[in-house]
Amino acid sequence: MSETFEPRILAFCCKYCAYAAADLAGSMRLSYPTNIKVIQVPCTGRVDIIHLLRAIEDGADGVYVAGCLEGECHFIEGNLRARKRVNYVKEVLKDIGIETERIEMYNLSSAMGPRFAEIAQEMTQKIKELGPSPVKMNQAA
Amino acid sequence: MIVADRKPFSELLEMVDGCNRIMIVGCKGCVTVCNVGGLKEVQILASALKIARKKTGTPLEIEETLLERQCDPEYIELLKNQVNDFDAVISMACGVGPQFLSEAYPEQRFFPAVNTTFFGGAVRHGIWEERCAGCGTCIIHQYDGMCPISRCSKSLMNGPCGGSSHGACEISPDTDCIWDRIVRKKMETGKVNDLINVAPVKNWRSSWHGGPRRRVREELTK
Amino acid sequence: MNEFKAASNLEKILKAGHFAFTGELGPPRGAAVQEVREKAAFLKGNVDSVNITDNQTAVVRMSSWAACLFLIQEGVEPNFQMVCRDRNRLALQADILGAYAHGIRNILCLSGDHCQFGDHPESKGVFDIDSMQLISMVKKMRDDKKFLSGGDLHEAPKLFIGAAANPFAEPYDYRPYRLAKKIEAGADFIQTQCIYNMKRFREFMKQANDMGLTEKCYILAGVTPMKSVGMAKYMKSKVPGMDVPDETISRLQGAKKGKVADEGIKIACEQIEEFKEMKGVAGVHLMAIEWENKVPEIAERAGVLPRPQI
Repeated sequence: MSETFEPRILAFCCKYCAYAAADLAGSMRLSYPTNIKVIQVPCTGRVDIIHLLRAIEDGADGVYVAGCLEGECHFIEGNLRARKRVNYVKEVLKDIGIETERIEMYNLSSAMGPRFAEIAQEMTQKIKELGPSPVKMNQAA
Repeated sequence: MIVADRKPFSELLEMVDGCNRIMIVGCKGCVTVCNVGGLKEVQILASALKIARKKTGTPLEIEETLLERQCDPEYIELLKNQVNDFDAVISMACGVGPQFLSEAYPEQRFFPAVNTTFFGGAVRHGIWEERCAGCGTCIIHQYDGMCPISRCSKSLMNGPCGGSSHGACEISPDTDCIWDRIVRKKMETGKVNDLINVAPVKNWRSSWHGGPRRRVREELTK
Repeated sequence: MNEFKAASNLEKILKAGHFAFTGELGPPRGAAVQEVREKAAFLKGNVDSVNITDNQTAVVRMSSWAACLFLIQEGVEPNFQMVCRDRNRLALQADILGAYAHGIRNILCLSGDHCQFGDHPESKGVFDIDSMQLISMVKKMRDDKKFLSGGDLHEAPKLFIGAAANPFAEPYDYRPYRLAKKIEAGADFIQTQCIYNMKRFREFMKQANDMGLTEKCYILAGVTPMKSVGMAKYMKSKVPGMDVPDETISRLQGAKKGKVADEGIKIACEQIEEFKEMKGVAGVHLMAIEWENKVPEIAERAGVLPRPQI
């Protein structure tokens, strides 16, 4: 247990923006932490509360949803809905007594490769500070 | 539909304290429509409970089930082979569900996951409003389609009271004064004379005040 | 004597054509009888009858009928306020009979403020019947000697029946109709909501006169003198159904330091002067909320003393 903690973080990325930004980051040879596991979604509006909860349930230390800039969703307001769902899950985590920062919503455009890398850094750093998810810790015990 | 609110998570967590294996039963009726006790909500509650219990190192096994309705014995019966295999069962239906389940399976403990609130409808996606008090004597037509029993805070039959202010009820600026609406509609349509006579006192016997209600329809009974 | 419906002092004053002047007293938040007696002393001889509020603003106080009895002991005629919020039709009728048997002769029928306002917001409001139905129920008991159910009652409660009217609640155009309905239901007199917007009230009275309502019923104009600018602002913004024009507030603001209350009384007296001349207004109902000690001064300055003795 004394090894350095490498968090497992799940990122639901919209294929029109965040996922494309991840590609761009790659071609720009920008490095971002390998802790991030990206799941491509057709729109963040497809991400439901249950997907976010199951990720936490199954041991993710952090989860985030990265969608288009507000007002620029391909499906008009999928990203706005995603934000509401993220907020809902934050409330659930609060009820359970788990840090609400373990789940976040981000908005960026496909041109923001560096921003994608920055978000990945930021999230990894934050989760490292928080430590392993209490779900995972006690599951192992 | 019957509208309900999910109970606070802490209350539900406390209900299953000490249980290792539970079942959550949703309902495809009203609570599915008002997004409080359908399949999705069953999954969300199950996941949240599992997260909470994993966190404390006391994992909870949860069976997720959904019934067509929980207000009909024929559907309740579908659980008979498994219902007693659990330490407890949470029903996500309205107040009818946990009672029908308890009556059918007296050996098992059933907990309500929702607080059943009112008869109403969705005025917009995500917003529900009360429309009926189930008083047993409908007079909606006398008030141009607006029920003063359920929608006036004082169930006045001869409103509006002096607390009506700018179209809102005295209890809150967010609550419409239904009497303001009734009166305006009557005046706009030249039917103010409909309101001239004093509406007689209501016979509350047709409502719950006459005792719990029961209906027997001979043409349907077997 | 038989021409009177109840033969209360208030009814006699109104029937004789005098300009009536009624007061108001809020029972204590406790069993302090002395408080009631002290307040009553300020009102005695200065008003024709005193309204005793019934758990006003849904805050528990000594019961209205009990406080009424202390007023009778003090030689002051009470006007028993009764709200539909706290009693069902059984309790309402029982209290009406008891109140009458103890010498109460006036009743003011109200719906009552919603419980949510008061000190027990978690309580269950009754609202079995509404104020309109309460009026007609009292009339039925008095004139037909019948309970609401139709059963006979022995010895009718001969009460002078009052009701409230709020000319300032919307929709304005409907308010005279609602007044007509209360009169139809059996109201002998009306006490209005506190009046500040004189323009609106004049319009209301004109409509009432045109509809012939003032021929059928005595209308007492409600007056509450403002104690402070804060009170005026609070009533304007926080009290539902209250219409306080900006002029009232600016006039109070314009008063010299320490003279705001005096200005409030001055405004009230000016209103009363106008009501004395206003067609269809049969008197004034002075609601000096927690300001009973000022009633002698207000009555004096308003020129309504001495009160006629009948």
